Amino acid sequence: MNRQATLFWLPLAIFIGLATSFLLRLHRPESSNIESRLIGATVPDFALPAATAGVQGLSSADLKGQGPHLVNFFASWCVPCVSEAPVLKRMAADGIPIVGIAIRDRPEAVATFLGRFGNPYQRIGSDQQARIQIDFGSSGVPETFVVDGKGVIRLQIIGPIGSQHMPDIRAALAAK
Amino acid sequence: MRRALFLIALLAGAGAVLADSNLPPAPYADVQLPDPHKEAEAKALMETLRCLVCQGQSIADSNAEMAGDMRSLVRERIAKGEAPEAIRAYLVRRYGDWVSYTPPLDGSTAFLWAAPALLLLVGGVFAGGSIRRRRR
Repeated sequence: MNRQATLFWLPLAIFIGLATSFLLRLHRPESSNIESRLIGATVPDFALPAATAGVQGLSSADLKGQGPHLVNFFASWCVPCVSEAPVLKRMAADGIPIVGIAIRDRPEAVATFLGRFGNPYQRIGSDQQARIQIDFGSSGVPETFVVDGKGVIRLQIIGPIGSQHMPDIRAALAAK
Repeated sequence: MRRALFLIALLAGAGAVLADSNLPPAPYADVQLPDPHKEAEAKALMETLRCLVCQGQSIADSNAEMAGDMRSLVRERIAKGEAPEAIRAYLVRRYGDWVSYTPPLDGSTAFLWAAPALLLLVGGVFAGGSIRRRRR
């Protein structure tokens, strides 16, 4: 009798358990950010032409043996990139070396963007088909990678960079 | 009529609101490979790769610019003779199993793969017991 009673209530108990877990998940959805799996790996080999007149192009050789860098994927058509521009400017003024990769952009649009929001970049490569972006395991703009002096990727920041990221970035830049 | 024109004008401006570049799509984003056999191979692979920005769709189904870039990458690599599974491995190496719609059998997915057999077994035991009781 007791066993039958257990069996009778079991489906309801399972239902309540499932419903609760679904509800909890609805309130705390999984992050939709896709992190690169290349943290700890050497930057992929690439050589990108200059994104606009008056800047230098970027290749993987520029990231090896010349101290740590911030590699910032951005685009003139990307709205959140505008919001991180002042932060990057401040970081460049603080002496942090930043290089840029412009995704699917035209030279004149990049020039306009830099003219309006400032140019914190030492070099800017142009990645017109997002090929190098895919090579980095990046899935959107803006995204920023910290690459150490040996060319190893140390950190990825998805979305516009802000002051809340500074401790992580400083730690990654200082790591040997 | 004026309202219709106004709506059309609004729609024409909508392109600027969507965060997409103004560059044309990658060469093989929406163009099939000349070799039908290779195109079929590429298409089959594209249907099992997940779009990174529109996360419920395969790159074959998605209109996102990034999906177009990935389609072009897949077609160009297939055209060069690379095996579909090697291209999948290249993407999984960068984005994790997440990017593939064919989950591998490992610790975290073992239950997923075993579940149908387990459920069938449990159902069979229940059904067997109930049939035996009714026969009596």
